[in-house]
Amino acid sequence: MTAHEMNFSPSISDEIKKTTCYMCACRCGVDVHLRDGRIRYLQGNRDHPVNKGVLCAKGSAGMLHHESPARLQSPLKRVGERGAGTFKTISWNEAMELASGWLSETRKRDPKRLAFFTGRDQSQALTGWWAQQYGTPNHAAHGGFCSVNMAAAGIYSIGGSFWEFGQPDWERARMLLLFGVAEDHDSNPIKMGMSKMRSKGARIVSINPVRTGYSAIADSWFGITPGTDGIFILSIVGELIRSGKIDTEALRTRTNAGWLVRQGPDNQSGLFAKSEDGTPLILDAHDGKIKPFNSPGAVAMLGQDAELADGHLARTVFSLMVETYLTDEYRPESAAAITGVSAQRIRGLAADIARTAFEESFEIDTVWQDMAGNIHKTITGRPVAVHAMRGISAHANGFQTCRALHLLQMLIGAIDCPGGMRFKPPYPKPVEAHGRPGRPQQKGLPLTALPLGYPLGPEDLLVDDDGEALRLDKAFSWEAPLAGHGMLHSVIPNAADCDPYAIDVLFLFMANMAWNSSMNTPAAMRALTAKNEQGQYVIPHVIVADTFSSETVAYADLVLPDTSYFERYDCISLLDRPIGEPDLIADAIRYPVVETRGDVRPFQDVLIDLGSRIGLPGFTKDDGSPMWENYADYMVSREVRSGVGPLAGWRGPDGQASGRGSPNPQQLDQYIKAGGYWTEELPENSLYFKHVNAAYQDWAVEKGLFDQPQPYLLQLWSEPLRRFQLAALGHGPNQCPERFRARILDNFDPLPRWISLAGEDEKEFPLHAITQRPMAMYHSWGSHNPWLRQIHAENVLYVSKDVCEERGLTDGGWAWLQSRIGKVRVRIRIMHAMNTKTVWTWNAIGKRGGAWRLGKGAPENKNGFLLNHLIPDRCDNNEYANADPITGQAAWFDLKVQLHSAQPDESGTSPNFPELLEPPGLPSKPDTLLYGKDWVA
Amino acid sequence: MTSLPKTTERRLGLVIDLDVCVGCQACVVNCKAWNSGGYGAPLADTEPWGNQPSGAWLNRVHSFEAGTGTDATVVHFPKSCLHCDDAPCVTVCPTGASIKRSEDGIVLVDESKCMGCGLCAWACPYGAREMDPSEGVMKKCTLCVDRIYNDNLPEEEQVPACVRTCPTHARHFGDFNDPTSTVSALSRERESVDLMPEQDTRPVNKYLLPTERKGAEYTEPDGFNLADLVEREPSGILAWVDRTLGQI
Repeated sequence: MTAHEMNFSPSISDEIKKTTCYMCACRCGVDVHLRDGRIRYLQGNRDHPVNKGVLCAKGSAGMLHHESPARLQSPLKRVGERGAGTFKTISWNEAMELASGWLSETRKRDPKRLAFFTGRDQSQALTGWWAQQYGTPNHAAHGGFCSVNMAAAGIYSIGGSFWEFGQPDWERARMLLLFGVAEDHDSNPIKMGMSKMRSKGARIVSINPVRTGYSAIADSWFGITPGTDGIFILSIVGELIRSGKIDTEALRTRTNAGWLVRQGPDNQSGLFAKSEDGTPLILDAHDGKIKPFNSPGAVAMLGQDAELADGHLARTVFSLMVETYLTDEYRPESAAAITGVSAQRIRGLAADIARTAFEESFEIDTVWQDMAGNIHKTITGRPVAVHAMRGISAHANGFQTCRALHLLQMLIGAIDCPGGMRFKPPYPKPVEAHGRPGRPQQKGLPLTALPLGYPLGPEDLLVDDDGEALRLDKAFSWEAPLAGHGMLHSVIPNAADCDPYAIDVLFLFMANMAWNSSMNTPAAMRALTAKNEQGQYVIPHVIVADTFSSETVAYADLVLPDTSYFERYDCISLLDRPIGEPDLIADAIRYPVVETRGDVRPFQDVLIDLGSRIGLPGFTKDDGSPMWENYADYMVSREVRSGVGPLAGWRGPDGQASGRGSPNPQQLDQYIKAGGYWTEELPENSLYFKHVNAAYQDWAVEKGLFDQPQPYLLQLWSEPLRRFQLAALGHGPNQCPERFRARILDNFDPLPRWISLAGEDEKEFPLHAITQRPMAMYHSWGSHNPWLRQIHAENVLYVSKDVCEERGLTDGGWAWLQSRIGKVRVRIRIMHAMNTKTVWTWNAIGKRGGAWRLGKGAPENKNGFLLNHLIPDRCDNNEYANADPITGQAAWFDLKVQLHSAQPDESGTSPNFPELLEPPGLPSKPDTLLYGKDWVA
Repeated sequence: MTSLPKTTERRLGLVIDLDVCVGCQACVVNCKAWNSGGYGAPLADTEPWGNQPSGAWLNRVHSFEAGTGTDATVVHFPKSCLHCDDAPCVTVCPTGASIKRSEDGIVLVDESKCMGCGLCAWACPYGAREMDPSEGVMKKCTLCVDRIYNDNLPEEEQVPACVRTCPTHARHFGDFNDPTSTVSALSRERESVDLMPEQDTRPVNKYLLPTERKGAEYTEPDGFNLADLVEREPSGILAWVDRTLGQI
C-alpha cells in the first residue's frame, strides 16, 4: 500500500449515541461512537448547552474508564480482617439479603444508627429522599468537603452561587475576577468562556497563590497568601465605598442596603426593624417616614438613621457597612501586610474594577417589570464578572470570605445583570425558599423533611434539649449551624469515637474515605478498623458501593459493585444539580449505551431495591410490592409535587408539557431522541435581575420551580447570622451552650468580616500547603486511566526558590513535609509563579499500593503522595472538626507545614501503607494496551 | 532518501494560539483516542497499569515557566508535527516511507514501508515523531487525514480531532496557501511565529504568542484615580449617598 492508496474515508462507527459524560462533575454532552458494541471514540456534543461540542482530556479517555481492569465484577463479602482486602465473591441475592438484613434491623432499633453518605453529589434528590424515608438524619453527599462555603454563602447572600447556580456573562463581561479556582469545576465552560473573553479583549484577573492553568492566561495575577482573600476583597470594598464608586441605585432597589437595623432592645439588636406583618422597614426619601420596604413608590434612604416607633434607634445596612469597612483594618496597607500583595496593586485593582463597572457600563434595550410593577425599558450592564472556588471555600473563614466576594458584586451592581454574574434557573432562590434540615420523628416515620436544608435561626438546628448534636457528623449543631451539605469528613471519626453516639451501619457510595476524601487519612483508616474491648468492630457493618477497586473498598464488609456511566440511567435534574445556562433551563439524562461489563448493578437501582426490601414508605406499595421497578421508572414516575418530577422535559400525557405535567411513560425515549438533554429558552423579558423580575417569577411558577413567586432583595446584612449571635449572647428560647458562645459571636457577623486563621504555631509551621486540581484528572478516578496517568503518574511538591534556598533544598531532591499531625516525604520542584509562603502539589495523584489495579511499585504509589495525611481532622484544641465554624466545610486548605531536606539515603515517598490485596474476580490486565487495534481499517 | 515536493497545491496545517492555551491536555487525549483506532498501527501503551506507563502520542503539551515575581507565569505549549516544507524527517527516510504530499503538504508515514529505524525521529528537531511500541513503526500527526477527507463524516466534522475538541479554541486548521483562510488571517493579524526558525525546516504550523500581560505595574488606570473622588470620612459618604437620590 502506498500513502496514496490509504483509506482516508474509513467508516468510524456503527452508531452514535448521545449521553452525558461523568469523567468529572461538568456534565458535558458526549457523542459515543460505537463499534461492535464497544466505544470507538468520544467527542463533545455540538448541540449540548454545557460544552457546545468541546470535550476535555478526561472525557476523551472515558472508554478506558469503562474498560478499566480495576472495575469490580461482582458483589463481595469480607472474609479476613477489615482493611486487608480479603473478600469472597457472592451472588447479588446474598448481597441484597445481607444489606437489607442489616438495614432492617438497624431501622427497627434506631434509624439514626445508619450513616449513609455519598461521595459525588449526583442523584442526591434520590439518596436524600431515601434517607428521609428511612428516618435517618445521617445523610449527606460530599459538599461539606468540597464547597459548601460557596453554596451556602451564595444562598444566604444573593440566592445562588457560582457554577451550577450562576456564571459569568462570558459574552459581555469586560473583566473577570477568578478567585482560587480549581481547574476542574465547570472546566469546559470556563475554558470556553475565558477564551471568548480574550478574543474580545476583556481582562482576566486571577487571584490565586499558584499561577497554573487558567491563571496562566490571565492578564494579571495576584499571588495571594492562602486564607487571606477576605481581607483582600474587603480592602477593595473599602476603597470603592470611600471613593463613591458604588451603584447606589442597585443598592437601593435590589439589595437590603436601605433596610433599617435595630440598635435595641438587646434581644432584637441587629435584627431588621419590621412592620407588624414582618416586612422589613426603610426610611422613605419622599416623606421621611418609616414604612415597609416594598411600599408602592417608596425610595429607601441609605445613609440616614431613624428612630423607631418604640423609641429605639435604627441604622441602615449601608450605614453599618460604611462603619465596618472604612476602618484602618480594611485599608489596602493593612491588607498588604497580610496578603502578600502590595497596597499599590490592591488599589490599582480596585480602580480597575470601578473603571470597568462604571465607565465600561452599557445599557441594553429590554422591557421588564420589577416586583413593584414599575416598567423599565432598559437595563444597565456592569461588566465585571466573578468566579471562585476552592481557594475561597476550603478555608475555615471561607463562608465569610465568599460573602465578602458577593458583597463586592452587590456593591457595584453586578449581580444577574448583563456583563456580570448571571443566575441559571432554577436559581436564584432566596434562602427562605429552601427547606430546613429534616428532623427525626417517632420510629418508623420518615424525617420531617429532606436531611439537608438551610437553617434560618437557632430554632432550625438539629440539637437536643441540651443543645447537643442530633446528627453523627454534628452538622446543623452549634458546632456548624449552617452545614447545608452535611459534614462527610466528620462521619468516620465520630462513628469510631461513638461521639455523639454509636452507629450500626456505615453505608458509603462512591466516597474514597479511606484515602483522598478524608483529612488525616491514617486516622480514618484506624477508625474504620477500630475494635472495642470485646474485639468487635466499633462500626459493626460497612457497606461500600463503588465501580472500582478503590482504597476504601478494602474497608468494606460488603461491596456492591456499581456500573460505569455508560451502562446506567441517571438524571441531571433541576431537583439536584442542574445544567442550565443564564438564558436556558435544561436537564439531562444518561442511559445505557453499551452492555454492562460484569455482574454489576447501577447503584440507584440497588438503592431503590433496598428501599422496597426493607419496606420504606415511598418505595413500597400498600400491598408490599416495590413502588418503582428501577431508577429509570423512578425518574419518569416520581412526583415530588403534583406534576413536578426529576425530569422537566416532555411531561404530560402527550409529552407536550415542560416543567409541570403528569408523568409521561415515553419521556426517556424523547430525551434519547433529543440527544440526552432537554432545554428551553427563558422569555426575553425575564433574563436579568431575576430575583426582582416579575416575568421571571411568573415563568418560574409556570415551570414548577416554585409554587408561588419568590421575589427577594439581595442580603448584604444577613439576619439569620445575627440570630445565632443573639442566641450566643443569651437571648431567645434556643440557648447556645456556653462552650460555643464565643465561637459563634466571633464568626457570625451579619456583615462579612475577614477572620484571621493564624495559629500559635506560625513559627513552627510557617508555610501554607495547598493542592491544585490537574485538568486531566478528577479525584482518584483519573489516575488508573492508562492515558491520563501518562500525563500525571506522580506528583512533586512545588516550592519557591526563596524557600528552597533558606532550607538548602534542591530541585529534584527529597524533603520532609511536616504538619502537626504527621510527615510525608516528597520530591521538590522549584517554581517561581507562586506565593512564596506557599508550597503546593497536584491533588489525588498518590495511590495506596494494591488499589486501583496498579502494579506494585507504580509511580502513583512509589513517588506520588497525598497532603491528606497531613491535614488535621480536628482543630488545635481537639474540640471541633477542622472546619468552618459556620458551615462545617472541611478546612483542607488551612494546612500549615514545615519543610526540610531528607537525608541523602532517603528517597521515594513516605509513609507507605501496607499493600492491599486485590479483590477477587477483577478483569484481566494486558501488558500492552492496543486500544483501537480491532477497528483499524 | 525521499525527496520533497518543490511546492504543494495546498499547505494544510494548524495555528496554535498560546494566548489561550491553558494546558488542559484535551487535544492530546482526544488525538490519541481518534488515532489509536484509526490510521495504521494503534498508538500502543506499554505497562498501561504498570510501573512505567508509556505510549506513543502524536501530540503533547509541554508546560514551562517564564518570568519571575509578579510577572512569573506558566506557558503551556502544545506540540505535534509541524508538516514542514523542508521536512528533514522526509529526506532522511531510507525506505521512502516518510513522505510529504504534493497535494496538501501533509507529512505522512506509509507504515507498510516503514522499517522502524527511527532516523526520521532523530532528524526532526521538534521531537514530533514517536515509535509505536507494539508494531515498531513510526507514528506522527496526520492532521487527521481520515477526518479531513472522510466522506463518512459531515462537513463540519472534517477537521482534526485536536481542533474539534479544544475547549479554548486555541487550535485552528486550514490552508495557508489560501490567503482568505482563517489560519492565514490569524497568522497575519497576530504576527504568528515559526518554531525554531534557525533550523530552516520552514514549518507550516504557526504559533501565536501570548499577548502582553499586566504584571507588577498594576496600578490605577490613567485618568482614573480613586483618590480624587468624593468624601473621605464616613459621615461625608453617608450624606453623599443620599444626595445621589436627586439623580434618580
